[in-house]
Amino acid sequence: MAADSAKRPVRLFRNLNSKIAAIPMILIASVIFVGGTAWTILYSFTNSKLLPRLTFVGLDQYSRLWSTPKWLISIENLLIYGVLSLFFSLVIGFFLAVLLDQKIRFENTFRTIYLYPFALSFIVTGLVWQWLLNPEFGVQRVIRNLGWTSFSFDPLYNADIVIYGILLAGLWQGTGLVMCLMLAGLRGIDEEIWKASRVDGIPSWKTYLFIVIPMMRPVFITTLVIIASGIVRVYDLVVAQTSGGPGIASEVPAKFVYDTMFLAQNLAQGFAGSTMMLVTVIVVVVPWAYLEFGSKHGHS
Amino acid sequence: MNDNGYLNTSGRVMANGKGPSVSVQGMALSYGSIKVLHELDLDIADGEFLVLLGPSGCGKSTLLNCIAGLLEPSQGKVFIKGKNVTWEEPKDRGIGMVFQSYALYPQMTVERNLSFGLRVAGLPSAEIKQRVARAAEVLQLEPLLQRKPTALSGGQRQRVAIGRALVRDVDVFLFDEPLSNLDAKLRAELRVEIKRLHQRLGNTMIYVTHDQIEALTLADRIAVMKSGVIQQLDEPLTIYNRPRNRYVAGFIGSPSMNFVKARISAGSPAPNLQLSSISIPLTDYVPVQPLVAGTDVEFGVRPEHLRLGTGPDEGSSEPVDAVVDLVEPMGSDSLVWLKVDGQVLSARVESSQRFAPDQPVKVRFRVGLASLFDAASGDRL
Amino acid sequence: MAIAETLLGNGSAREPSGPKPKSSLSPRNIMLYGTLIVVAVYYLLPLYVMVVTSLKGMPEIRLGNVFSPPVEITFEPWVKAWATACTGLNCDGLSHGFWNSVRITIPSVIVSIMIASVSGYSLANWRFRGAEIFFTILIVGSFVPYQVMIYPIVIVLREIGLYGSLWGLVIVHTIFGMPILTLLFRNYFVSLPVELFKAARVDGAGFWRIYFQIMMPMSLPIFVVAMILQVTGIWNDFLFGVIYTKPDTYPMTVQLNNIVNSVQGVKEYNVNMAATIITGLVPLAVYFLSGRYFVRGIAAGAVKG
Repeated sequence: MAADSAKRPVRLFRNLNSKIAAIPMILIASVIFVGGTAWTILYSFTNSKLLPRLTFVGLDQYSRLWSTPKWLISIENLLIYGVLSLFFSLVIGFFLAVLLDQKIRFENTFRTIYLYPFALSFIVTGLVWQWLLNPEFGVQRVIRNLGWTSFSFDPLYNADIVIYGILLAGLWQGTGLVMCLMLAGLRGIDEEIWKASRVDGIPSWKTYLFIVIPMMRPVFITTLVIIASGIVRVYDLVVAQTSGGPGIASEVPAKFVYDTMFLAQNLAQGFAGSTMMLVTVIVVVVPWAYLEFGSKHGHS
Repeated sequence: MNDNGYLNTSGRVMANGKGPSVSVQGMALSYGSIKVLHELDLDIADGEFLVLLGPSGCGKSTLLNCIAGLLEPSQGKVFIKGKNVTWEEPKDRGIGMVFQSYALYPQMTVERNLSFGLRVAGLPSAEIKQRVARAAEVLQLEPLLQRKPTALSGGQRQRVAIGRALVRDVDVFLFDEPLSNLDAKLRAELRVEIKRLHQRLGNTMIYVTHDQIEALTLADRIAVMKSGVIQQLDEPLTIYNRPRNRYVAGFIGSPSMNFVKARISAGSPAPNLQLSSISIPLTDYVPVQPLVAGTDVEFGVRPEHLRLGTGPDEGSSEPVDAVVDLVEPMGSDSLVWLKVDGQVLSARVESSQRFAPDQPVKVRFRVGLASLFDAASGDRL
Repeated sequence: MAIAETLLGNGSAREPSGPKPKSSLSPRNIMLYGTLIVVAVYYLLPLYVMVVTSLKGMPEIRLGNVFSPPVEITFEPWVKAWATACTGLNCDGLSHGFWNSVRITIPSVIVSIMIASVSGYSLANWRFRGAEIFFTILIVGSFVPYQVMIYPIVIVLREIGLYGSLWGLVIVHTIFGMPILTLLFRNYFVSLPVELFKAARVDGAGFWRIYFQIMMPMSLPIFVVAMILQVTGIWNDFLFGVIYTKPDTYPMTVQLNNIVNSVQGVKEYNVNMAATIITGLVPLAVYFLSGRYFVRGIAAGAVKG
């Protein structure tokens, strides 16, 4: 018996159960995430139409992409929506969190109200706001009835401001989440900092501005990354609220990709578009990741 | 009228004939039905170092926060420098405060931490500079002025925290367990620094701690607290030698006091302390009121007031039989645990004296330095 | 002392004592609660409009505006939305989509949580060489826009013959749920006292036994959080629903969009709103019932976004 067990077990079979249990994770990570991404990027250099075809055309698809009005508009929309979304949800979310942090009564009630839109599907949100912004029956009509007869706010039919209508809906759904994150960050501030600033005679708003917000930098950054990665994906909302219209005025990259791939039967264009989306995300996330994890080697 | 430089409206007068620097009158605080402070009265003299001592939850921090104005009492008044500040904001009370977690503004340099409050108050920058420089000099912060709190050690951070209170140019300093976050060695070092600071500046200081060593070394007077009530307010040595009740006696002193259950029995010239089979005459003991025979008591005697063996020693009672249980060597002294008449006692002896377990010895008590407590109420007899 | 009394007078104007008097109606409070209430109205308005519109008859809608309450309440739009609304192909209302969503959500939640929790457990307690790499890929991958991986998945599903079926969608949801769920479970298992695990190993228990008899019973809170995340996320999903299903297997969200946006002719706003509410009911119910856990789920799910 001693002689038999003197043979060292093969490394692969050590911890076998764990490895078996991790097979789904390994498969998903390698085949889908790595493999799938690589595949898409590869095929974006082909001229696949209805079905994938391995005929390389260099950067053809990309040059075509960047001269397609639909794509250019969707990028522009994404930028406007993204920047404004980011800014307003951070400001509003932080502001609401500060209000809720004031030891008020009914805090839970208010928080429940501010957060419930987050539980809804983007489709639901889009459809509700589509109805609300209906020029005949919605907000425009109401304000006109109140006396401002020349008031006009019809984002759904006005190509110039349609993106703001979507912004309204997106903020309505998303600021609750930002508020929750900010509130958690606020609550993590040591209470004695507040006491010290009170003894020092520093008014509340200055304490928030000069002491608390700088202390919450990590929370702001994390929230920013979360919002940003969500923004790039905006799709359901647009489909429901405006279907990309009027015309193509509210197109967004995610919708462009889907339409191109499955409706226009132009796979390679779609692949090119999605690769561009990936590039955008990398541009945002990599610097953040470097800041977060790279600096751990330097100072703390 | 101005007996110590300010108008005293507190209505109180200290032992030195002047008005108190800080006066707490009838202060009570309840959270719902839970009473945290019970109608406290406390007067602190000008320049006094007063320590609020007690375990967690006794209300000492609560009391300090009420004095500071960070908490609102349910009842009572606070006077600082003779002025009723019960409804004033902390910044208008003439106090500076140092916190357990230092509470330094993390994103600002030491210099900004010190000057921020002054800048907000709108002081001229020349004045600010001067105050910061003075605080930095007193606390040796000059080389650290441009550093941020994360680049400072615990001891340095605490000195900055003290500096922040110092620049406010106030008369009363409040300390909320400032050394509790430090390791033992740093604690000892900073303790000395704080005492030196008090000697140099002479301000009134109110200091909260659960560490009795800090209390004994730093205080002019100690207020021992338990469950929202001040058990005893006295100078450190008085508290040590004549504790007012069983609780204070057990809290102060390390190693802690021995307690023996006994009963008073009649005798002459003085009553006797009756254990199960031993009787100790209480000739040298000075009671608060005459002792009554038949009272159940706890006899409290500190380990250093027990004498082992026979030999010349005035002031001790007659020797009593005991058996050594075990010995704890503590360096310069040893703590010898004894079984006496069915109860366990500890005695402090010099390390040179050797004792072995199960060794029979004779024990003598320095009754004059001991304490007697009523078994039921815990009050000193 | 006598001097002080003389100055104050005996029992003079109220001397400060006890808590500072403050009225509930201070300017600060008015502004604070005022703002909170105004904002609350902004958040509640759409819900109100949804409900109100769904209870009106069409003539009333045409006459009024979105904010006016119904003069005559009717539940007909609800019935219509559920049972007879047309989505291009067939006219049996949302009920079809509802049951599809149920059939999609329940297996997806179960499968994704089972696999992710076991993976998280493996990463936390039974680390093997290379495990961390795959985990990092997963996490990085959660930032990658889905669009990049959509088509390869279509190909894979077609190859194994599940494209267009409910089980295909279950697999998709499992795939994309892996990053955040695995992270969730891994972090949770790491936070459990390791002594428990070591004691069990000393006692001779192996991988699976420890998981089922020790880890799972101790992890109820995190399973609840994971379930909330998944139920809400999967029920509300649209993108995967639209790509990986056929009209027969459309989830509710896809159907809803079809009902509202692709109907020609007269738009029945009340039916649309009723349909919208019905679609939102399930996740809303989960939200209101789970309270604290939902917030925790957000904080955890927020890592993915």
